[in-house]
Amino acid sequence: MNNIVKLAFRNLKRYMRRTLLTSMLITLGVVAVLLFISVSGSFKGMMIGQITDSMLGHMQIHAKGYLSSIENLPLNRNLTAKQVDKARQLLDENKSVEAYSMRIKLGAMFSNFSETTNVRLNAVDPQQEMATVPGLVSRIIKGEKEGLLARGEILIPELIAKGMNVNVGDTIVLVATNREGSVNGQPFVVRGLLEGITGPGGRDGVIHLDDARSLLRIEETEISEIAVRLKDMGRLDAVYEAVNGQLSAMKNKMDKPVFEVHTWRELTPFFNIARMIDVMTFFIKIMLVSIVLISIMNVMIMAVYERINEIGTIAAIGTTPGKILALFITEGFLLGLFGALIGVIVSLAGIAGMNAAHISFNFGRQEDLLLAPTIAAGDVVMVSVIVIVIAILGSLQPAFKASRMDPIAALRHV
Amino acid sequence: MAIVEAKALIKNYVAGDITVQAIRGVDFVIEPGSFVSFVGPSGSGKSTLLNMIGCLDPPSSGFLAVAGQDVATLHGKEAAHFRGEHIGFIFQDFNLIPVLTVFENIEYPLLMVQNWPAGKRKARVLEMLAAVGMQDQGDKYPGQISGGQKQRVAVARALVANPKLVLADEPTANLDRETAMRIIALMKQMRDEFGTTFVFSTHDPKVVKNAETVFFLEDGMLQKEGNRKGESHE
Repeated sequence: MNNIVKLAFRNLKRYMRRTLLTSMLITLGVVAVLLFISVSGSFKGMMIGQITDSMLGHMQIHAKGYLSSIENLPLNRNLTAKQVDKARQLLDENKSVEAYSMRIKLGAMFSNFSETTNVRLNAVDPQQEMATVPGLVSRIIKGEKEGLLARGEILIPELIAKGMNVNVGDTIVLVATNREGSVNGQPFVVRGLLEGITGPGGRDGVIHLDDARSLLRIEETEISEIAVRLKDMGRLDAVYEAVNGQLSAMKNKMDKPVFEVHTWRELTPFFNIARMIDVMTFFIKIMLVSIVLISIMNVMIMAVYERINEIGTIAAIGTTPGKILALFITEGFLLGLFGALIGVIVSLAGIAGMNAAHISFNFGRQEDLLLAPTIAAGDVVMVSVIVIVIAILGSLQPAFKASRMDPIAALRHV
Repeated sequence: MAIVEAKALIKNYVAGDITVQAIRGVDFVIEPGSFVSFVGPSGSGKSTLLNMIGCLDPPSSGFLAVAGQDVATLHGKEAAHFRGEHIGFIFQDFNLIPVLTVFENIEYPLLMVQNWPAGKRKARVLEMLAAVGMQDQGDKYPGQISGGQKQRVAVARALVANPKLVLADEPTANLDRETAMRIIALMKQMRDEFGTTFVFSTHDPKVVKNAETVFFLEDGMLQKEGNRKGESHE
């Protein structure tokens, strides 16, 4: 085998310019794919991280049917004290769960004493919420961030603040209707202004959980949603399977499921963007495959054509068809290997360079987000394997042709 | 036992509806260690005959044995193995592998065909380099040596694996007179040294003159056989 590799290497060296051009083409393809994967992966990771860390959490638990009517913020679909206890017990037992936050979601009238508007609110326990969505604090664009908020305080979306001409320290009144239809009002001091972000809950205000209970006159524990943060997001599917499996087994008196569990993917349209990035990556990979396939086939067809006489010679002196096949496949393999190797080196250097350059970009209304491209070893291996396998496949047809060549016809070839 | 034995050997080529009879029932015997030439005009069937003896082209019918093996039934891999084991080839255009050095070209049959161990291989190649007077040229590539030297390398490559038979198709056609004479002398020397049978197809009177047995071919038929004593048989 060593001799075949040595001979294949010499043959590639013989046509140095062609070998370099083909390797460069493959290298270019590998670099394009790896840089795209790393940059889009960084963008995707940042985007998902922002949504999950400042709003959704990694997973949410609701009462069955809540999500389908979430636009109405239905108070009659809240989890009861008993259900909350069961969910809490389950989450406490799960070692993969880092934190969870109990929320009451409600709609209210927002009054600055001269004007009134609607506002959607998340009522939270500040400690739980900060542990579950640590990025929420960074969305406070004005006001004190420490401790998130206290009882009697409200974080309001910046758009409402602008529209209602309300600022930090002002007092406003929230008027809400509870499940029984009873209306209640309560004053709040504006603790801070929250940056709005795209997606569900991105323009909600925040109040203390206890304030929501008094505003809605809730006496027992009652929760609209439980946002869950995992220690390792990579274990999301496994944890979801475990939690969902256990919770969906719990049925009410009518033998209907009590809970519904969703991952962040089902809770935000940004998952579709993330999927689009994956689809784009897939098509970029297809382009890479095409580049490698066409360039290798082209080179190997030329290599066979130019060496017909030589093939006739080695066949005549006793080289078996299998060895001739192996020789040409090895040439294709080496071309793919060189191209992939150089491509990986250039890509890693490019990624390191981008990280060193501290490139920043704007996403929506967020500015100066740092581009931090990374590439997983698995992606590098996968792209390299694809290139090498395609290089081998691309050289198969010319190699078969060479190995099946009639030695007499080949020797007569001029 | 004859190194080559042919009886009623026929080779037809079929192109569409047309059948061309390249060899029309020839009988001959080549003894081991002989220096034999097939002579005849272009299209007489010399190369076809050599190709059949070299297991590159199977006969259409008849009997053909090389080194005691009926070669008519050998195809593909078996034929390649048989060639690698028993037959050496010398080509008109030398056909050295341009990416290999002189040493590596000679080594090729031992390395890629017969899998000799490295030490034994090196010793044998050095022996052959010395035998053809190319001991100082081993590191050169074919592009760096003359035509005569290339043919010497080709002779060494053909003989390196100790074949019983060497087939040479117009081996002096691309060489000047002086070089051609040297190559013929070299091949004879190799025959004497290693006892290998040399079979040529040629137009070259120099080769014909030096052959011990000459088979004259015309229109695919053996016209007569001559030997170095000047005897001929119809």
